[in-house]
Amino acid sequence: MKKWHCLVCDFIYDEAKGWPEEGIAPGTKWEDVPEGWSCPDCGASKADFELIEG
Amino acid sequence: MTTTTMPSSTGWKDRKRYLWPLGALVMFLPLAGTQAYAATGWASTLWLTFVIFYLAIPLADRLLGEDTENPPDEAMPQLAVDPYYRWALFLSVPIYLGMWVYMVWFAANHALPWYGWLGLVMSLGVGCGLAINIAHELGHQTDPLERWLSKLVLAPGFYGHFYVEHNRGHHVRVATPEDPASSRFGETFYEFFPRCVIGSLKSAWQIEAKRLQREGKSVWHYSNDNLQSWAMTALFWGAMVAWLGWPSLLFMAVAAVYGGSLLEVVNYLEHYGLMRERRADGSYERCQPKHSWNSNHVVTNVLLYHLQRHSDHHANPTRSYQTLRNFEGVPSLPSGYAAMILIAYFPPLWFRLMNPMVVAHHQGDMRKANIKPAIRQEVLARYTSVAA
Repeated sequence: MKKWHCLVCDFIYDEAKGWPEEGIAPGTKWEDVPEGWSCPDCGASKADFELIEG
Repeated sequence: MTTTTMPSSTGWKDRKRYLWPLGALVMFLPLAGTQAYAATGWASTLWLTFVIFYLAIPLADRLLGEDTENPPDEAMPQLAVDPYYRWALFLSVPIYLGMWVYMVWFAANHALPWYGWLGLVMSLGVGCGLAINIAHELGHQTDPLERWLSKLVLAPGFYGHFYVEHNRGHHVRVATPEDPASSRFGETFYEFFPRCVIGSLKSAWQIEAKRLQREGKSVWHYSNDNLQSWAMTALFWGAMVAWLGWPSLLFMAVAAVYGGSLLEVVNYLEHYGLMRERRADGSYERCQPKHSWNSNHVVTNVLLYHLQRHSDHHANPTRSYQTLRNFEGVPSLPSGYAAMILIAYFPPLWFRLMNPMVVAHHQGDMRKANIKPAIRQEVLARYTSVAA
């Protein structure tokens, strides 16, 4: 499971945890998160997230 | 949503395309003032930029009116990556920095009467305020060059904390009582300004402290973005003092404070009284278009790089200025930001104009508004009958 980091505000999307608040189940891979989804904290788009290495 | 439809992406032309460099060219205005002074010897000409900013621009906004056009969806991808817009924005950076150095030099090398000095420093301050808006646009991009330029542009006006706080503080907490940069119903600009600056500085410091701690670094680590920006300010200001002497420190500081106040008065307009709904678990609903005040006035929109299409900006913070859209039905100010600033300076006028708009926006249910805590009960009591 990977983590993705919002370049605008530092929010972290953790694939293991998903984002159940908006129907994204725990374990949802980043590529399966809907394209229209955006950062819950600041609104940045999926393209503005970066994979956290390691 | 779109007010004009065009046949295809190839057929659509951006009517504002060649206007965007104006945001950079206005940075020459203070120099027009100093040139006029050199030609006439009248120190009052040094107020030129200030007068244009507070009188000519609001007037031009009124005369030229609104532009509600949105680019069609098919034109968006091309528009977003067109390098022309990137360069139009970059152009403002050397002009602003050169103008700033020249103005500080000019003040140190001319024996001006007090009102001439004041006009000069206020004109530079207008430039510093506009520069924070340029840094705002640059700081929202994810390209490292833009982000570095953003810090650089904030340095002469000593506003480096904005680079950190705006994206990672304001955008996260916008339109909530926790956000220092969202103004509250019943709060005057003069109450908002110190609350916002102090709160934003604290927030910027904490955001970076937290990030560095997570990375196992000290808050004093050189990669602290606040420290980097402030170090650039020390470099700029130190060089000018070494070159031109101590009096220039006062000149730079006054311009910086006034420039900062311009940014904050704009902050004051942008979310006045608006609030995101709080959910049962204490978190807030996502920021939506209804949580920002907008304006389609074309003159101020060009000079501010579409900052006034603020709802789209908060919904899509990394969207470049040329692609920001007007939405129907969003909270709209009666005029562009330039005229609204003037009204914000006079709290009774501001309340008279804006309070009914905030009440109407919430359809009388002021429990949904962001209200100054000291008057919250009173406001709720006053509007309960309307809400019930």
